[in-house]
Amino acid sequence: MQFMCLIYSQEGTGPQPGTPEFGPFMKGYQDFTAKIKDEGKMIAGDALQDVSTATTVSVRDGKTETIDGPFAETKEQLGGYYLLDCENLDEALKYAAMIPSADYGRIEVRPVVVWDN
Amino acid sequence: MTPPSPPSEVIEDTVRAEWGRILASLIKTLGDFQLAEDCLQDAIVSAMQHWTRNGLPRAPAAWLITVARRKAIDRLRRAATHDRHTAELSHLIDLENQPIEADVIPDKRLEMIFTCCHPALDRSVQVALTLRTLGGLTTEEIAHAFLTSPQAMAQRLVRAKRKIAVAGIPYVIPDADVLPDRLVAVLQVIYLIFNEGYAATSGDRLTRVALSDEAIRLARIVALLMPDAAEVRGLLALMLLHDSRRSARVDDAKQMIPLSDQDRSLWDKHKITEGTAILKSALLQQRVGPYQLQAAISGVHAAAASWDTTDWQEITSLYGLLYQMQPTPVVGINHAVALSYVAGPDKALAQLDLLASPDALAKYQPYHAARADLLTRAGDIDAARRAYDAAIALSENQQERAFLMAKCAALP
Repeated sequence: MQFMCLIYSQEGTGPQPGTPEFGPFMKGYQDFTAKIKDEGKMIAGDALQDVSTATTVSVRDGKTETIDGPFAETKEQLGGYYLLDCENLDEALKYAAMIPSADYGRIEVRPVVVWDN
Repeated sequence: MTPPSPPSEVIEDTVRAEWGRILASLIKTLGDFQLAEDCLQDAIVSAMQHWTRNGLPRAPAAWLITVARRKAIDRLRRAATHDRHTAELSHLIDLENQPIEADVIPDKRLEMIFTCCHPALDRSVQVALTLRTLGGLTTEEIAHAFLTSPQAMAQRLVRAKRKIAVAGIPYVIPDADVLPDRLVAVLQVIYLIFNEGYAATSGDRLTRVALSDEAIRLARIVALLMPDAAEVRGLLALMLLHDSRRSARVDDAKQMIPLSDQDRSLWDKHKITEGTAILKSALLQQRVGPYQLQAAISGVHAAAASWDTTDWQEITSLYGLLYQMQPTPVVGINHAVALSYVAGPDKALAQLDLLASPDALAKYQPYHAARADLLTRAGDIDAARRAYDAAIALSENQQERAFLMAKCAALP
């Protein structure tokens, strides 16, 4: 199964660039990415630019509406993701808990839909 | 010669006794909760007809599982998404060609209880799903026990089964690194089921007694399948010892009778003997946990001929150990109450004051009830009355409220 691990955190919390904690935090990400590559679990993963760069698009009655900003105004924002190939939810949860931001934000784990045909 | 047809209760009891084991095995084979349950239901309908006509088969469980698998083959063949099920179908057809005996049906109940109690499911859903899947309670029975409508409960169960399938929750015994935490969740679910039947936070008590029996049955299954887990047997012992006092706890008018006033001749000796023996075997493993300590406390009460001759010293030290593991208000309060019988109510009241910030306990009914009793015994009647009033105002249970009101009215 493929699992999408969506990394949510409140911008400005957690280790910030320029602080002593930031180096080990980023190293944590490098190590995690290397680990899931080694273990054959990694399908994709990226970090996203911060939410101020987000644009939300919706189409209503054939008309495209474009809004500056993210879809939902919540404190915690989608900051990045990993797409993992895991046996089952237990394995996906195990890896999700290793994502460094799990210590500061939240990781939402959702299976990827497999379409018939 | 045709054997005499069994009465329908015998068929129902047989189905009930075999339900969890058969369903767990079917779910594991089919990889689909809903399909497994539907096929087992089909098989039970068949059983009702065949067994009534031809008598009980030699191995009812094997009969049911064989028929359920055939029903699964039929359903999968009929299903529009036939192509996706080719692998399942050929596996089932292989199984179909092997005769099965009741004793070789693989027991997957442990895997299934871990699935039902998976942390990705809401606690109330864990409870309902466990009762449905392993207990074989009907949706109506579960809805009745938890005071919701059968429709709402059915919907909740359907959603849960869908989440298990779609989210990829596995049917496995968890890996060793997460097993301790996951087992804690399983034991919490079982104990919650027991307490729903035993304490009845609201509503009619009588309809819920079956839940206590069900919890004990579930704990027996887990204890059988995890013989090395001392806390599982600790919980089983605890529930047996608590349950031994079932008929002594409530009077004819359904009023709650406290331990101190119970007629101990009504206590169930068999449950006490069994609970005590199970606790001893658990303690021998030297991995003491909260359930074993609570069972030990219950066991000290069970061994005492009367309230006055209870070994309060032992109970106080057991609560002390328990408080180190579980520093919760309820354990702290019980520790203080036990201490009152060793060192007097004043010492106990002083200890109660040390527990936590009074703010945190202000809305906690057992805190006020315990204080009321200690203050009465210490001779501070006015303060006792105020504590009773606070406890009565916070009571959610009719029996409990009536009990406290009677105590308050009896103050000098």
